[in-house]
Amino acid sequence: MFDFLPPALILLAGALLIGPTRGVLRTAVVLVFPLLTLVAIWQVPDGVVLSLNFLQYPIEPIEGSAVRRLFATIFALMAFGGGLYAYRQARWYELAAAYAYAAGAIGVSFAGDLISLFLFWELMALFSTVVVWCGGTPGARAAGIRYAIMHLLGGVILKVGIEGVMVHTGSIEVQPMLANNFDTWMILIGILINAAAPPVSAWLSDSYPESSPTGSVFLSAFTTKTAVLALILLFPGEPVLIGIGLFMVMYGIIYALLENNIRRILAFSIVNQVGFMVCAIGIGTQLAINGAAAHAFAHIIYKALLFMSAGAVVYRTGFNKCSEVGGLFRTMPLTAVCGIIGALAISGFPLTSGFTTKTMISQAAANESLVVVYFLLAAASAGVFLHAGIKFPWFVFFQRDSGLRPKDAPWNMAVAMVFFSVLCILFGVAPELLYAYLPYPVDYQAYTPGKVVFYLQLLLFSGLAFFLLLPLMRRTETISLDTDWLWRVALLRAVHWLAAVLARLGAAVKVLGDRIGRRLGTRGRALFGSDTREGEQVHGIFARAWPIGTTALWIAVLLTAYVIFYYLG
Amino acid sequence: MSASRHDKGRAANNGNEVLRNKDDAWLARPSTIRLLWRVFALVLVASVVAQLLFKVKGYFGVDGWLGFGAVFGFLACLLMVLFAKVLGWVLKRDDGYYRKRDDV
Repeated sequence: MFDFLPPALILLAGALLIGPTRGVLRTAVVLVFPLLTLVAIWQVPDGVVLSLNFLQYPIEPIEGSAVRRLFATIFALMAFGGGLYAYRQARWYELAAAYAYAAGAIGVSFAGDLISLFLFWELMALFSTVVVWCGGTPGARAAGIRYAIMHLLGGVILKVGIEGVMVHTGSIEVQPMLANNFDTWMILIGILINAAAPPVSAWLSDSYPESSPTGSVFLSAFTTKTAVLALILLFPGEPVLIGIGLFMVMYGIIYALLENNIRRILAFSIVNQVGFMVCAIGIGTQLAINGAAAHAFAHIIYKALLFMSAGAVVYRTGFNKCSEVGGLFRTMPLTAVCGIIGALAISGFPLTSGFTTKTMISQAAANESLVVVYFLLAAASAGVFLHAGIKFPWFVFFQRDSGLRPKDAPWNMAVAMVFFSVLCILFGVAPELLYAYLPYPVDYQAYTPGKVVFYLQLLLFSGLAFFLLLPLMRRTETISLDTDWLWRVALLRAVHWLAAVLARLGAAVKVLGDRIGRRLGTRGRALFGSDTREGEQVHGIFARAWPIGTTALWIAVLLTAYVIFYYLG
Repeated sequence: MSASRHDKGRAANNGNEVLRNKDDAWLARPSTIRLLWRVFALVLVASVVAQLLFKVKGYFGVDGWLGFGAVFGFLACLLMVLFAKVLGWVLKRDDGYYRKRDDV
């Protein structure tokens, strides 16, 4: 059938083994299985490798291609880096859930048909919810439930679309399509929900910061980026994605600027970065798709690095908010340096992976003469530096001295952070290492003197704007309302209002019923007499105690009548 | 810049992991911060001057002008911060907004 193991199953086996093993053996499982998965990923050749039949449908759980291997590779690398970061601090069930979640993402990467894609999609939804719950606080439990509802809803919408496509076209192939009928729109919406597209972007910033310091590292990587891969495979060049992507880019910046929670700032910047990718997929040229794939790859690394840095701070200080920390560079220098490298990479500074991948997307917009898109992306690049590039390190590691003197990150967290920092710089100085594995041949020069000068000006003057506008960005102990207000508050209020109206209606009906009951009671007593009298002895005609004999007599009369009528009939 | 203003006498809010050292970090000294501002100003000027040496090939004409990236970056950030500020007046709520609703 096939001469290698499906990569997703290897990681799933790893997830299952984390529970029963202990000590060194568990550490080995955590660190070795992602690497075994990585080896298996690179054994997958192009084309359909495995084909089965299920209810007359040809299921193709493993189909290889350059872009699929690229995403699977970064998911496996992420599982390894996340495992290294978390294995000494996280609970075993969080690690197991995170590995099953990663296995789901790798499964989606290789899914050649919509049925297997859906199955792995739901596997991710399930285990990512568990990862959110591992936050362990009441807030995490509630956020996990909201997260699960959103993803189950997204899954149902996706399923409706998939079934529609199955029925109407007879094909369940994962292949490019356009959102031009109900079925394909449902698929697109189902995927966009996972990409944290508007109007439901709030699920991401609601749940990720509630997870544990280690859990958010895993969460940052898989769900939105599998959605990006699904969009690349199913909707390349779908024009509606350009607008959606640009909205996400701006939304992420504005909300991150308003935010006080450290990890929520980073969560908003995931939406912002995924917006760049979604926009690129909408542009749909070979350069744009290459840009989206490369940017997703680079993004997973630097975003995980940022969450690692933030996670180390939360782990050491127990604080989650910018207004509670500050000045941590004194005792957490390594965490600060790694956080700054991640921040520079997300901002797309030259010599970091963000520069060599994000500029591809801008170039693709320029090549297609999309003036507005190009300038909005340039403005957004400046905005990224503002909200994540400086804001995150500034408020966490510098600004005022909070007086906190926590120890630097534990050694395993530090090693994971250094590993990802090195990758951020490696793909920045040697982008061809990444370009070689992109879906289309790359004919793109990241470093031209003009481009470097342009982006340096853009970013450095954003930095100037940040420090000059600092008084406008004072941290407040606040949250910002999002569309989830509609179901968390407005819907709740509507339900309460409806309940109050129904209760009032019920009371009115009861009053009416009582009145009718009383009236009927009076009538009845007039006909049959009262059911009680003084001394509480039963008195009404149907309430009186009758002797057994009388009852037997009546039964005999009834039976006789029955026999007579039967005979006559 | 503002680090120096807040540095002294800031009481810690967590008793356990906290030591209250006198702040002697090099990066937090006012003299260092003045130096950093000067270096930053030089770098800013250099980034614009560099455009005289390396021509920025604009895609749409306007983006090839001298200092376009600088002005565009600065103004974009200014607009975003102001827009966020205005939006904040409408959208910002107290931290416990949802918790108060028994929603946690």
